[in-house]
Amino acid sequence: MNFPILSSITFLPLIGAFFIFLTRNEKGESNSGAVYISIFTSFVNFFITLFLWYSFDNETSNFQFVEEISWISGFIKFKFGIDGISILFILLTTFITPICIISCINSVKTRLKEFLIALLVLETFMIGVFCSLDLVVFYLFFEAGLIPMFLIIGIWGGSRKVYSAFKFFLFTLLGSVLMLVAIITIYWITGTTDVTQIYEIKIPPKFQYLLWLAFFSSFAVKLPMWPVHTWLPDAHVEAPTPGSVILAAILLKMGGYGFLRFSIGMFPFASEYFTPLIFALSVIAVIYTSLVALMQDDMKKLIAYSSVAHMGFVTMGIFTFNKQGVEGSIIQMFSHGLISAALFLCVGVLYDRTHSRLIKSYGGVVHILPKYSFLFMVFALATLGLPGTSGFVGEFLVLVGTFKVNFLVAILASLGVILAAAYMLWLYKRVIFGKLENIQLKKIQDVNLSEGSILVVLCIAVLFFGFYPDPLLETMKVSVDNLINNYNLEITRRITLK
Amino acid sequence: MLAIKFLIPEIFLSISIFSLLMIGVFIKNSFEIIYRLSLFVIFLITLIILSGDNDPTKIFNESFTIDKFSLYSKILILISTFFVLLMSKKYIVDIKNNKFEYPIIILLSILGMFIMVSSNDLILFYLGLELQSLALYILASIDRDNIKSSEAGVKYFVLSALSSGLLLYGCSLVYGFTGSTNFEEIASNSGDFNVGTIFGMVFILVGLAFKVSAVPFHMWTPDVYQGSPTSVTSFFSVAPKVAGIAIFIKFMYLPFQGVLNQWQYILVFMSIASMILGAVAAIGQTNIKRLMAYSSIGHIGYAIAGIAAGTENGFKSTLVYISIYIVMNIGAFACILLMKRGGKYIEEIEELSGVSKNHPMMSFGLLIILFSLAGIPPLAGFFAKFYIFMAVIESEMYTLAIVGLVTTVLSAFYYIRIIKIMYFDEPKKPFEKFVDYRIHGPIVLSCILLVSFFIYPSILNEIVSNISIF
Repeated sequence: MNFPILSSITFLPLIGAFFIFLTRNEKGESNSGAVYISIFTSFVNFFITLFLWYSFDNETSNFQFVEEISWISGFIKFKFGIDGISILFILLTTFITPICIISCINSVKTRLKEFLIALLVLETFMIGVFCSLDLVVFYLFFEAGLIPMFLIIGIWGGSRKVYSAFKFFLFTLLGSVLMLVAIITIYWITGTTDVTQIYEIKIPPKFQYLLWLAFFSSFAVKLPMWPVHTWLPDAHVEAPTPGSVILAAILLKMGGYGFLRFSIGMFPFASEYFTPLIFALSVIAVIYTSLVALMQDDMKKLIAYSSVAHMGFVTMGIFTFNKQGVEGSIIQMFSHGLISAALFLCVGVLYDRTHSRLIKSYGGVVHILPKYSFLFMVFALATLGLPGTSGFVGEFLVLVGTFKVNFLVAILASLGVILAAAYMLWLYKRVIFGKLENIQLKKIQDVNLSEGSILVVLCIAVLFFGFYPDPLLETMKVSVDNLINNYNLEITRRITLK
Repeated sequence: MLAIKFLIPEIFLSISIFSLLMIGVFIKNSFEIIYRLSLFVIFLITLIILSGDNDPTKIFNESFTIDKFSLYSKILILISTFFVLLMSKKYIVDIKNNKFEYPIIILLSILGMFIMVSSNDLILFYLGLELQSLALYILASIDRDNIKSSEAGVKYFVLSALSSGLLLYGCSLVYGFTGSTNFEEIASNSGDFNVGTIFGMVFILVGLAFKVSAVPFHMWTPDVYQGSPTSVTSFFSVAPKVAGIAIFIKFMYLPFQGVLNQWQYILVFMSIASMILGAVAAIGQTNIKRLMAYSSIGHIGYAIAGIAAGTENGFKSTLVYISIYIVMNIGAFACILLMKRGGKYIEEIEELSGVSKNHPMMSFGLLIILFSLAGIPPLAGFFAKFYIFMAVIESEMYTLAIVGLVTTVLSAFYYIRIIKIMYFDEPKKPFEKFVDYRIHGPIVLSCILLVSFFIYPSILNEIVSNISIF
């Protein structure tokens, strides 16, 4: 029996949260004990994940570090395990969480202790999603994340927080309940909810279509895909900065991860059958939401819509079923996790100082915040996929993969890249350049040490993976190959059967 | 003579009731002592039941069964009553309802439930049901100076008497067409399709649906829940529900197992209707007790969905559901009993506004309980629903499962609305601060159970798995 490393990274934040629960607030609302505990826990977790990545075996597509204990007697096991795809998401989660916690210190003024508890509990649930190899365990973590996120938006959110929190909660819950029906149905069809076993047993094709749709409803809302994306801009706008960061960087990735792990692996025929639907929705998402993003006057809303557009690339890449497409979409998710986190932090920096998210209340920021303007520029360029940033690698691979499969879709999606350049550069121009007209702005300070350091770290990561994406590609290569091979085997088997 | 030994819990309960009554009559201001003695009696009976052997036995001409099923239900009834009685002490004293009759009537109703869940015969069943119901009518109107309480009692009495009449009519039809009042004999005689039996079955079903407040026989529930004193409401929402669901299961699976395809659709309809009405009607409520009434209607809908599956797993999941349900409800009502300001108990949901600032612990407890009631993982309420839908989908009733899960989302709306009021809104004046282990204890206990349930979620299934009613 090896050391249960996956369970420990999953439940370590929960233990940290418990200790924070025991701390007492000092005078006012400050609580340095809670801050230290949370920073310590999240960093320890990050280093354990780095160790995990280091000891991860790139050569095999089998699940590694598998842990299994009997859970619901007789039929469901609590099963954890990772492959080359999930480890990247775990890495992303444990990397973003400390950044969020550091950013809390600047942006969360009330009930800091509760916020940190919610954040750490959320981290547990997010890692659990990416580790679990059992459908019921997956569902458990997938849904449980709603509770802390609902509270984060609702308690610390902006003026329309109640509306946004409810919309977020009910949309995602409605999406996922159908998945529960599907999971239970799968159990009665195959006799197990263990993903690896289901891969081998193979669900009969006649069931696959409805089951695929049920899973789709859940992942599409979570990702989010057009037309069920409307909760996202609201949630992003009203959530506090760390909440937006977590939401954009990790929660959205659960949908994409779900497609990769479950939809393609378990329902290959249905995935093939519904590919045109996915392509259509993705192209609409890319073009339509990019156009919508152009017209926003709220910075957070603009970034939220750009997230939807980027997620369009992700779904498109996944459903090309070729190496470039799938690898590209994973890199796209990873880099979007870094870039969108950084962009929301950038907006947060301005918001903390002036309490305005409106683009028109800024202008000429470069004169007073030169360091900030530089960092913002890196991330803005990364969003539009400038070569040399991680955003480029993902989008490029996805487009290459798509060109192989469907020329028209690829052409239309490339349009999205141009639109991204338009809305991002225009945003940058309006906020950073121009004349300094708002007198309020003159008083504000440039980024402080904590803000600066987290943005610099993110900036380094974005540039590093832009120039040298090999570590990521190496890690996922075998697993992605395996995924695609299994898919192709199934499809050819069916054609020969016919 | 030998048969008596199986009846020790019931006999002990009756003797204690009458001795407590004597004490109450002859000693003045005896509420305190009777209250304590009743708790002690409940505790003792739990011990007696747990220590007794539980081989299935039928006594008194096979009209009274002692088996794991009835014992499990009895334990649930006892535990829930114990906690309800424990936490309502302060409330009863505060509203000056500390009459010695109060605990005694509760004990009497438990006796009725005991007889009901153990009965294997229509006559005995009816006797138990009526004993229980009569005690409940009195409880509903126990705050007799309060016009709402009296109204609740009368309303409950009139409607309940009507349903008892229907039930009795059903019993007579069943007896007439099958020639027996014994459950097993009814089952063996109703094998061939028989219109009379089915009519009787439907009437009995109506009566039972009324007792567990399933739609369309739920009309009394909101008014009675709102009108009765909160301590009584919390009792109504747990113990009679357990007894009702238990006897519901027994009826469907024992005498009427042969006509499964007749009652299955009725139950599916009742279940869907209860879930939808419970979810939709609760949204507009401003009174928290009324909201809990609709919430309990919804939950009964889920419990009935398990019965409607018509399988062994079905009724077992219902038993698990109802067990988790009482844990959540006890916690929720304990929180409601803490809503006191300026010497008055408050029932308006709006008054919870911003309560998380002044009472962080209470609101955190209620938060957990509400998320659990809404069925959000990883809390126990999710597993309760999960088992129900496992059974439902096993029987391939996909419509029921999908409707059920979509109503979960609807009902989540009104649960999280309370959370919104507690956490997102501006604080009002704080409630009275007091620490009463009798109220805070159950809240803490219920939260711990709900949160830690996911560590070992099959614990109840393992207990329930030994139960069979056949």
